[in-house]
Amino acid sequence: MSEQLLPLDGWHRRLGARMVEFAGYQMPIQYEGIIAEHKWTRESAGLFDVSHMGQLIVTGPATEQGLAALLPTDLAILKEGRPKYSLLLTPEAGIIDDLMITRRGDHFYLVVNGATKHGDIAHLETHLPAGAVLDHMKEQALLALQGPKAVDALARLAPGAAELTFMTGAAFALGGVTCWISRSGYTGEDGFEISLPASEAERIADLILAQPEVKPIGLGARDSLRLEAGLPLYGHDLDLSTTPVEADLVFAISRRRREEGGFPGWARIAAELADGPIRRRVGLIVEGRQPVREGALVLDGEGNEVGKVTSGGFSPSLEAPIAMAYVPTAMAAPGTVVELAQRGRVHRGTVTAMPFVPHRYHRKGAPQ
Amino acid sequence: MTVYYTKEHEWIRVEGDTATVGITDFAQGQLGDVVFVEVPEAGKALHKGGEAAVVESVKAASDVYAPVGGTVIEGNQAVVDEPSLVNTDPEGEGWFFKLTLADTHELNDLMNAEQYKAYCESL
Repeated sequence: MSEQLLPLDGWHRRLGARMVEFAGYQMPIQYEGIIAEHKWTRESAGLFDVSHMGQLIVTGPATEQGLAALLPTDLAILKEGRPKYSLLLTPEAGIIDDLMITRRGDHFYLVVNGATKHGDIAHLETHLPAGAVLDHMKEQALLALQGPKAVDALARLAPGAAELTFMTGAAFALGGVTCWISRSGYTGEDGFEISLPASEAERIADLILAQPEVKPIGLGARDSLRLEAGLPLYGHDLDLSTTPVEADLVFAISRRRREEGGFPGWARIAAELADGPIRRRVGLIVEGRQPVREGALVLDGEGNEVGKVTSGGFSPSLEAPIAMAYVPTAMAAPGTVVELAQRGRVHRGTVTAMPFVPHRYHRKGAPQ
Repeated sequence: MTVYYTKEHEWIRVEGDTATVGITDFAQGQLGDVVFVEVPEAGKALHKGGEAAVVESVKAASDVYAPVGGTVIEGNQAVVDEPSLVNTDPEGEGWFFKLTLADTHELNDLMNAEQYKAYCESL
């Protein structure tokens, strides 16, 4: 697939971003440097362009019933303006993609991964009933403003948005444009995701960047932030061979759906919930300073390969290498020491409860 | 004292039969934030083109190959303890190792500063 240009391509280049190919697009990997951008996001506020992600709308009389047959979410109790993390699953409980779904009036709004959006659209179009119509909102851009001071910056620009709590969303005027803003993100910090018309993206991005709390942040820091937050990345920590139970994403399967089923993969999921999965996604803190990266092998006491590292890198917050890996359930308890083989060398990692760095979401009822 | 450069973006500062090796400013800029460095121990024999050191940034791991053969005199413990020296002073405090040259003729294949600058601009 040839590389496409995102709405903010020129904006990134003017800001001095180093651009790389990602998900079929040219995207900014970094501006001033990954560690500086990472720390700025944890301390202040970072502006991320995530316009490569797929923004979809499903509408029509059969929408709720059609989506309920494809997702493990209890849509019947999903309230207006409450984004919910969900999964597209195969009949074998493999993960096709992870996504956010929000009820917005007469339709559902879905945000799916950029690298998988075309497959997701094909999957949805194939399996949704005739009374559910999918629209890929190619004319929308998506920004994320993340960090403890994101709320201060956004409150100046979008009156009322600061009233949102974690995992709620609504429409707000921002710079004279109606934007869909949710208090959510992929860094573990408080923050917002802002869906807006691509034609206004540069002007709005400039307005946000003009706030003293805000700096632009590239994909490199997005990856190290989400890794510290223990959040899986599709295509790395999740794929068709991983199930929601193995991936520690049971929270994405609503209670009623766990009992009643009626979505792809339920039989296997129910069995794994009852008997336990054979392997689990875990966090690892690695001894020493050398990062252990995706593809490194997890070894048992006899040197046999029993699992794989699916994400790994250096944590700027902890100043230590951290990783996610799939390990046999018997080795998944926090405190278990495992051996990790990479390029002919063996590293020691300790299974650690995630997140590695505590989440700091602005939950309902928390002090302002 | 003469400084030579390789296409792999290493610099080699030669004084007599002793050489100091590091990676160039261009290389550190491409790597980004360096978080891990491994250098060879004193006494290790290096062959030209063989693996000599490891440098890892947040995003990627790279091997540093010996630009010339020789025997290691010293690995720079300072960059092991503080890998960010490779970013802040790549062609000074951020050196990787010193070695005694086995064959000064191997230097003939390397670039001088002017040639290296032109090489980087051609990339």
